[in-house]
Amino acid sequence: MTDVQPLRRSLPRIPDRFAAFGAVLLAVVVLAALLAPWLAPYPLDEPRPLERLLPPSGAHWFGTDQVGRDVLTRILYGGRTSLTIAVAVLGVSAAVGVTLGVVAGYAGGWVRDVIMRVTDVFLAFPALLLSLALAVVLQPSVNTVILAIAVTWWPWYTRLAASVAASIATRPYVDAARCLGVPAPLIIVRHVLPNSLTPVLVQLSLDAGGVILTSAALSYLGLGAQEPTAEWGLMVQQGQTLFTTNWWVVTFPGLAILVTAFAFNVLGEGLRNALDPRRAVK
Amino acid sequence: MLAYLARRLGQALLVVAGVVVLTFAVMRLVPGDPAVAFAGPKATPEQLAEARARFGLDDPLPVQLLTYARDLVTGDWGTSLRTRQPVRDDLYLAFPASLELVGAALLVAIALGVPLGVLAARHKMRLPDFGVRLGSMLAVSVPVFWLALALQTVFASNLGWFPIAGEYDTSLDTTSPLTLWTNITVVDALITGNWPIFTSTLEHLVLPALVVAAYPTGVIAQMTRAALIEESGQDHARLERALGFGETSILTRFALRPALSPVLSLIALVFAYAIVNGFLVEAVFNWPGLGRYAAESIRSLDTPAIAGVTLLVALVYVLANLVVDVLQGFVDPRTRSR
Repeated sequence: MTDVQPLRRSLPRIPDRFAAFGAVLLAVVVLAALLAPWLAPYPLDEPRPLERLLPPSGAHWFGTDQVGRDVLTRILYGGRTSLTIAVAVLGVSAAVGVTLGVVAGYAGGWVRDVIMRVTDVFLAFPALLLSLALAVVLQPSVNTVILAIAVTWWPWYTRLAASVAASIATRPYVDAARCLGVPAPLIIVRHVLPNSLTPVLVQLSLDAGGVILTSAALSYLGLGAQEPTAEWGLMVQQGQTLFTTNWWVVTFPGLAILVTAFAFNVLGEGLRNALDPRRAVK
Repeated sequence: MLAYLARRLGQALLVVAGVVVLTFAVMRLVPGDPAVAFAGPKATPEQLAEARARFGLDDPLPVQLLTYARDLVTGDWGTSLRTRQPVRDDLYLAFPASLELVGAALLVAIALGVPLGVLAARHKMRLPDFGVRLGSMLAVSVPVFWLALALQTVFASNLGWFPIAGEYDTSLDTTSPLTLWTNITVVDALITGNWPIFTSTLEHLVLPALVVAAYPTGVIAQMTRAALIEESGQDHARLERALGFGETSILTRFALRPALSPVLSLIALVFAYAIVNGFLVEAVFNWPGLGRYAAESIRSLDTPAIAGVTLLVALVYVLANLVVDVLQGFVDPRTRSR
């Protein structure tokens, strides 16, 4: 049997391995952060005034900063800060957002209208903007960043969960449960919630990159993590005046943000294509 | 269509009311007494009481909220504690500069993103597609402030191809002063034929606009690709294929127009995001826009100014969404029922 030859020769097909690629990249980032105390070549926060601003070398792969701290060490520990913020923000937003969304989607009617109008108001404030306002009100710290971003992030999950829950609420098994007299809260917890979670998980992966970028931006503006916390955005801010003369002080923390956000985005994109057959290209 | 317009407008007004309440709440959370901030630390008790009465700080909170809303509607956005100017006048100077930056960035993003999306869809699952997808994911993952610093260092400081910071060469103000119409420098220079300032602004605009454009370019390319692939699987595409049209002309002649409808709704969202992202870029390139104004206000804990910026950006977002929804209601009547 011979294949039908296409009329025009086209470029070779490449299999879609985005999810796997993203997962591997993310695993490297997470492991590097988790194992920071063992991987780091130097102790955290040990300024050596005689070794200020050394360029990358065998002893200091990523060089040293303006007070003589090893940049690689601070980047490894900085991963802990960024990933902690991402997990906390997404955990809080998803818990609040999905709960409200599932209730809105299942209940419908005026309950849905009220919840949706409230999310509209919060969505009108871009995350970074409301975070700016809140970060001014509260004392700048890692916890402030978590709170500020979570306040602006939950409505997205409410919207998503509401639309999924609304379609699940019309399924026959939900009707059956209702006819058997199962109370609404139990239907929501037992049937609607578990079946609404898949798209939320994909969205969480896609959003983690955005949270990391926003938290780094807040720290860059001086409204987030404070010295001596190892945080990538803060490292860029502290080194920015040295960029022309000591490029490594700014370049490597920025690359760390880029790689982490990229890993989450690639994983999310891959998961979305794998789980949503309509989006996958055959 | 009229009923749809009315309902959509009502929704938008509700959101605006919510935005005002939320802004008010955030402002009231600020630690410290606004009267002290205005009158200064050395103010006498009489001066404090006067400031208190002037801002209505003795009234109950709901009354303050209503007064605040009434002032906003009548155009009184409060007085900046830092510049001592009405916040509205400050915003009237700063916002056009941000609009100029974001407008230029979105033009770049559409001009690059749509063709890249077409290219990816045309060669889907092949090398160009993977290049565009990976490239657009990098573009949405890059921290803007870092990209701004990198481009500024390489192309302005080291190579000297572009100016380092600012909106235009201010020494031109003496040789060829600019007449202000819209406060958008590049537009004013163009309509008054002020070529030295026009070219200087364009030169200053290149680097910051490219940085702000990175995120929207990536998003638009991804969205165009997805919409085109969906569209080219529709029945009309099969008919066109049967009639002998090539894949490229099916995509560009028939599939692109319906595919651009979801891309359009995306642009409203990206627009507001780009303004706030622009804040960081403005900080690096010292662009005299909202971002710099916000940064300076934050540093001096200037609550009325911060509230003004927050409110303005939220209003722009609501308005952009409204415009896009109405446009889509015209282009695609199916969306009206939502």
